[in-house]
Amino acid sequence: MAEYEAVIGLEVHVELKTASKAFCGCSTAFGAAPNTHICPVCLGLPGVLPVINRKMVDYALKVALALNCRIAPHCKFDRKNYYYPDLPKNYQISQYDLPLATDGYLEVEVDGRRRRIGIIRVHMEEDAGKLIHEGEALNPGAYSLVDLNRTGVPLLEIVSAPDIHSPEEAYAYLTSLKAILQYLDVSDCKMEEGSLRCDANISVRPRGSEVLGTKTELKNMNSFRALQRALAYEIERQSEILARGGRIKQETRAWDESRGVTVSLRGKEEAHDYRYFPEPDLVPLAIGEDWINRIREELPELPAERRRRFQEQYGLPPYDAAVLTASKSMADYFEACLGHYREAKTVSNWLMGDFSRLLNAHGLEPEQAPVRPQDLAELLTLIDEGTISGKIAKTVFEEMFLTGKKARTVVEEKGLVQISDEAAVLAVVEEVLAAHPGPAADYRAGKEKALGFLVGQVMKATRGKANPALVNKLLKERLE
Amino acid sequence: MDLLFRPAHELHRLLRRREVGARELAEAFLARLDAVEDKVKAFVTVTRKLALEQAAAIEVRLARGEELSPLAGLPLALKDNLCTRGLRTTCSSRMLAEWVPPYSATVVERLAEAGMVLVGKTNMDEFAMGSSTENSAFFPTRNPWDLERVPGGSSGGSAAAVAAGEVVYALGSDTGGSIRQPASFCGVVGLKPTYGLVSRYGLVAFASSLDQIGPLTRDVTDCALVLQAIAGHDPRDSTSAPVPVPDYVAALGDGRLAGLKIGVPKEYFPPGIEPGVRQAVERALGYLEEAGARCEETSLPHTPYALPAYYLVAPAEASSNLARYDGVQYGYRTEAEDLRQMYRRTRRLGFGAEVKRRIMLGTYALSAGYYDAYYLKALKVRRLIKEDFDRAFGRFAVLVTPTSPTVAFRLGEKIADPLAMYLSDLFTIPVNMAGLPGLSVPCGFSNGLPVGLQIIGPPFSEALLLRVGYAVEQAAGCAGRWPALEVGSDG
Repeated sequence: MAEYEAVIGLEVHVELKTASKAFCGCSTAFGAAPNTHICPVCLGLPGVLPVINRKMVDYALKVALALNCRIAPHCKFDRKNYYYPDLPKNYQISQYDLPLATDGYLEVEVDGRRRRIGIIRVHMEEDAGKLIHEGEALNPGAYSLVDLNRTGVPLLEIVSAPDIHSPEEAYAYLTSLKAILQYLDVSDCKMEEGSLRCDANISVRPRGSEVLGTKTELKNMNSFRALQRALAYEIERQSEILARGGRIKQETRAWDESRGVTVSLRGKEEAHDYRYFPEPDLVPLAIGEDWINRIREELPELPAERRRRFQEQYGLPPYDAAVLTASKSMADYFEACLGHYREAKTVSNWLMGDFSRLLNAHGLEPEQAPVRPQDLAELLTLIDEGTISGKIAKTVFEEMFLTGKKARTVVEEKGLVQISDEAAVLAVVEEVLAAHPGPAADYRAGKEKALGFLVGQVMKATRGKANPALVNKLLKERLE
Repeated sequence: MDLLFRPAHELHRLLRRREVGARELAEAFLARLDAVEDKVKAFVTVTRKLALEQAAAIEVRLARGEELSPLAGLPLALKDNLCTRGLRTTCSSRMLAEWVPPYSATVVERLAEAGMVLVGKTNMDEFAMGSSTENSAFFPTRNPWDLERVPGGSSGGSAAAVAAGEVVYALGSDTGGSIRQPASFCGVVGLKPTYGLVSRYGLVAFASSLDQIGPLTRDVTDCALVLQAIAGHDPRDSTSAPVPVPDYVAALGDGRLAGLKIGVPKEYFPPGIEPGVRQAVERALGYLEEAGARCEETSLPHTPYALPAYYLVAPAEASSNLARYDGVQYGYRTEAEDLRQMYRRTRRLGFGAEVKRRIMLGTYALSAGYYDAYYLKALKVRRLIKEDFDRAFGRFAVLVTPTSPTVAFRLGEKIADPLAMYLSDLFTIPVNMAGLPGLSVPCGFSNGLPVGLQIIGPPFSEALLLRVGYAVEQAAGCAGRWPALEVGSDG
């Protein structure tokens, strides 16, 4: 399907982690017992009125500035009207024609190429509650419960321009966006808890064409991978239809994760008329230069700046800098290690290698790892001192990760101290040479490879503890 | 001692001098209520026990020699769209017939702090939509001056309760005239404050950009006292204005208005106006001149467009505000096979005809393809109306008009003709559209029924309106004249 090009725009919703809700004083904490973080205002009881949480605006401004947006000097809230049982007022306070911020961009890197993806708008709104369905849908005993704890939690909607052309770019966009949000410390960005959600608009067109094709809207992707798979599926589905001379139907489609397909949810003619109009219970929000400047001053170092700094300050290759700074906590961990150990590239190798592998396997974030930065630094120092070999260090590290013990403790308990005593190693070398005359003869006859076998035998005999450099040196001396 | 028809400022004096007790006062009003309520039907809920408890608390404070605020211990009524914690708040709708709010409106909290003695919650047009209180889902309220006539609306219960002597004062709400028109029909004083002067927190919303809470009282002095108690910024209402609240009673003056320039907009005296209303208002203009003011005809040219624009803006907001009554969380609910059916049945049976009419009007006005032609156009008209007033206030301190084109009409007279009913608010609606304060003061009678004079001023000019109203009251001599309502006869 190479003759078709995809045009993708992403709509991301992130929950802002302000202490209280968007328009009332209730807590936003996740995981409380149902309907405990509620008050007359977020319940939408008759007679209540919303009051804007200024912290929500602060957080939204941080994001808008980090995404290089233009901040509107005057914005307003609007009501989006639709009926659903998780929406107690049957309207959502949102922003329609005068959003907080517009015209920004985000830099992403795919296959070593850096690109800017446009940001059309960033606006504030309130989240809805949650429905819990009990029983089979068509069963007479089936019913639904409503939990309104999430109702009124501040949300940010970030709408990208249709600048994305592949599932990989979409993935890279989301990864970069998530990194920025985490650096700003404004959202937990946990898709599984619903604090980050993503819908996609996608169409395809013949490569080289300037005309946009008919788009579909994709919903229900519960992970970045699911988004990538759903987009790949949809590109293929649409391209096939066009290749057959068919037409794409403008509709909303849901990703079915288990079957790996998208299915039609509703057509264009069933689309909602939200009857937006200005929220009369709130006055327009004026955001002056003072406010913007205060937020600008509070902005932390963002991923792009930190990546550049890692290259310059620590001499890391661009790839290492990008991988380490993609997650704020990984970059923080890296810099914490450097407080105890000097070789940046060595630390980077360990973090991108065994550390990341073990984190993924255990589903942990760097700051949750049982191995603290100073512990890793100690391990690396043991290698440098020759106390253990680099190979043994991998075993030690895994043990540290599983038990939380320090490097020295593991090495001592397991008797893993490297044997660097020349006489001790030499004795083993002599034994190995005596036991394997064939390979010894091969090496002497010019087969360099045979040396590797002999080294392996020495290491095996010492259970990996012999100093490899010393083994090499002694073997060669004995075989000359 | 006859206590029933005395204004609040007199009763306060009697309480303070211990010439009457708070309990005695509460009992007197409750006895009056018992005697006349069957005829007037002003109340949806009577809170006899609460009133007596609150009166007893005032007694204790009096006995301790505490200084009482001017409204302490004076029996009052609240329109039933003002939320009262633990006490059902129905909006005279089947939808909320059993709903008990877990919180109180800001104005209710303020009155409670001032020593409230609550006699009950008053009847109204359902969700404040109407001009006669006939749209109540429960029963119509009668005009104490003539039980065959309506008390006006939508705050008809509050106006009738004051006029019938069942309470000393009441609170109402006004979206297009719902305080001033019933005040005019029942011969009491009614004030719609500037939008933003009184917190709307806890007022069940009809049209958020137009709604205001205000007093219905026996005289202008009482109106000043009640406004004093409820006005002022509330952080829970983002549209409430952070402005200082002046001393309204001190501003009443002595009935003299030397040099005050008053505009009389000619659009408020159309040919269809009832002759008796015109005469009473013209006499009132004479009183104002005698008091030293200079009255001059002026024009508010966009006045004819106010009513049609209002019937787009108000229903549009209402269609959204009333969307929450869906049977899911609280209020009336009809069981059904599925969610959509439950929504539809609940709203079909829970709302009355006028409410449904306005929800449909408003939904239509906001719909895709109609928004620009209706809702947005109405907002533009609204600005033109505001500019008319701004220009007029460049020349005049206040404007005076009739409050309503007629006196109280007969029950059933207009209920089948919504447009005729809507015209009853012709002179009050522009004031809400412009966010201005408007005061209705009794200025005379037409065929034995009260006529109200409306005084309109610039934003936050309530002190001036009350001063002008006070002068009219002094000259017109209407205060102190109350309906006979012969107790014990067959009406």
